[in-house]
Amino acid sequence: MSKDNQILEEFTNSDYKYGFESNFESESAPKGLNEDIIRFISAKKEEPEWLLEWRMKAFRHWLTLKEPKWHNVKYPEIDYQDIIYYAAPKQKVKPKSLDEVDPELLDTFKKLGISLEEQKRLSGVAVDAVIDSVSVATTFKDKLGDLGIIFCSFSEAVQEHPELVKKYLGSVVPQNDNYFSALNSAVFSDGSFCYIPKGVRCPMELSTYFRINAANTGQFERTLIIAEEGSYVSYLEGCTAPMRDENQLHAAVVEIYAAKDAEVKYSTVQNWYPGDKQGKGGIYNFVTKRGICAGDNSKISWTQVETGSAVTWKYPSCILKGDNSIGEFYSVAVTNNFQQADTGTKMIHIGKNTKSRIVSKGVSAGKSQNSYRGLVKVMKRAENARNFSQCDSLLMGDKCGAHTFPYIESDNSSAQIEHEATTSKIGEDQIFYCNQRGISEEDAVALIVNGYCKEVLNQLPMEFAVEAQKLLALTLEGSVG
Amino acid sequence: MRMLKINNLKAKIEDKAILNGINLEVKAGEVHAIMGPNGSGKSTLASVLAGREEFEVTDGSIEYLGSDLLEKDPDERAREGIFLAFQYPVEIPGVSTTNFLKTALNQIRQHKGQDPLDAVSFLKMMKEKMKLVEIDQSLLSRSLNEGFSGGEKKRNEIFQMAMLEPKLAILDETDSGLDIDALRIVAGGVNKLKTKDNATIVVTHYQRLLDYIVPDYVHVLYNGRIVKSGNKDLALELEEKGYDWIKETADSATA
Repeated sequence: MSKDNQILEEFTNSDYKYGFESNFESESAPKGLNEDIIRFISAKKEEPEWLLEWRMKAFRHWLTLKEPKWHNVKYPEIDYQDIIYYAAPKQKVKPKSLDEVDPELLDTFKKLGISLEEQKRLSGVAVDAVIDSVSVATTFKDKLGDLGIIFCSFSEAVQEHPELVKKYLGSVVPQNDNYFSALNSAVFSDGSFCYIPKGVRCPMELSTYFRINAANTGQFERTLIIAEEGSYVSYLEGCTAPMRDENQLHAAVVEIYAAKDAEVKYSTVQNWYPGDKQGKGGIYNFVTKRGICAGDNSKISWTQVETGSAVTWKYPSCILKGDNSIGEFYSVAVTNNFQQADTGTKMIHIGKNTKSRIVSKGVSAGKSQNSYRGLVKVMKRAENARNFSQCDSLLMGDKCGAHTFPYIESDNSSAQIEHEATTSKIGEDQIFYCNQRGISEEDAVALIVNGYCKEVLNQLPMEFAVEAQKLLALTLEGSVG
Repeated sequence: MRMLKINNLKAKIEDKAILNGINLEVKAGEVHAIMGPNGSGKSTLASVLAGREEFEVTDGSIEYLGSDLLEKDPDERAREGIFLAFQYPVEIPGVSTTNFLKTALNQIRQHKGQDPLDAVSFLKMMKEKMKLVEIDQSLLSRSLNEGFSGGEKKRNEIFQMAMLEPKLAILDETDSGLDIDALRIVAGGVNKLKTKDNATIVVTHYQRLLDYIVPDYVHVLYNGRIVKSGNKDLALELEEKGYDWIKETADSATA
């Protein structure tokens, strides 16, 4: 076995660091999915009638749909009746400060290295922590409130700002958009809601940490971000999940609305349980993320670092409706062992002079399969649309796969579309060069991979970039025995 | 103090024998030049010393600072003071020389039981060493060796050597691809780094590098063996007579 292969074979030996389970009580719905369950969820959350109707409409539509099969991933049939669709940690009174928060919950955050105190004290990041399906701690709310920024759990937004929710919910990702978004629309439990008023530049990164907890609980997050005219917000989403044997389904929906001159930056570090070395367990991550640059000169930028999940199906997209609007997608997707990722983006150019940029870096190791799938579509009236796409694949070892599926559809001859793609392997020469300078093989691989992903990592806010680099190194931990 | 003792070293790549019994001893404070025609095994010797795995050692031993060098992995050898200036330095996209060297230096320091250097001390050290090889700061923030000219790559190798302060430096064809100015700068850097405690092995095809880095010993490698050793005058003699002279002598001796 060549040294290269040996390293990458041993790459398999790194265990999932965040595999632990917290023991707080949940109040769950029975398994299965039917109209009664949806009523149960809606009632639990004391939702208004219109939202229940909205869920029902989604559910009835979902029943008519078939699970998509066009992607390049394989997984056993999901039994949608064998899933618990609602679980909330029991909490009698809503906490006003961290002192009132379940100590075990705080401990969980500490294990993840994201203690709220630290977050508050050191980084100035307001964290809306979502454990299971209900938000339990929201910080910095007052400070944001002074600026008119609303940053709260989705349930809270339904109660406090129903007119905004009603106006924008489903406006970017309609209930009937696809199989998983329809499912999410029917059963979504909670998520985050963010509203930036006209002309306001959000002074801090808004951040949500997601965490799947109770056994057999599907996690159906719903996130809605609205940036009014001339506003700016940078939103961070980071995820870790405890170790599980059963596969867990996650079907989130994220909607972003950017008005004229608004800019939204959405960054994700995703590190859910990828399954064990034999490919058992792990999260199924079927996410619909989409933003609309509704107004002229608006901009939406997606940055994602995807290292977790057994199966990832995710295409954060931009609808460039406003003239001169800009869409960006920066992605690092790392797969190892038996992980499968089918991820990419869609850039839909509708307005004039719209621009999009796609930078995708795939890293495949072990026996994993990593696919980039992207669509660049230029509509008829999108004069002078421009797109640049770069899709690079890095292979580690010879048992993994990297695939690229770029789709380009242009209905306007003034469009300029560029696509570059490369596939490379980490070379023994590179590793030896590092070794010869005293750098261990493990660190050499981490260094080379981080270098390869630099263009994307540079897009992340500072604190997140450090975390992402650590995560890449952690994923590579144990690569040398 | 004896630093390196190579005894009857034989090595092959795939089924091809390349080193056929090398004997060499290097003491601290010495500069040795290894010369020889193309394909004589010069670069292989350098690679085997650094621990490159594609070469299989079939016989003999290498003792380095009193322990068995062949037992050790390449990174461990490096941490114990062996440095190879590569003939063809590889590119590592997205990793700056600065970042690369900081990682390397701190792993070496850790091996020696020292604390990692903080950013300020590291940059201060870099500034000092940069002068030695007249290397520009901007080059060091670029991706390692990516888009570097031949001369920049070689200068960068010597800069790394200056930063990592090896005990035994092996320069593999460092003069190849250098114009005369770059050659002078690179050689000047090597000379400034020379102390009584370290040693240098200069692997080269041409004599001209030895005008700048003056060797204590010159060895001529041919067919995987050292066929002639001498002082710096041997290099001049080679320059004058060419390698055919050595080949003929060696071939007639074996015949």
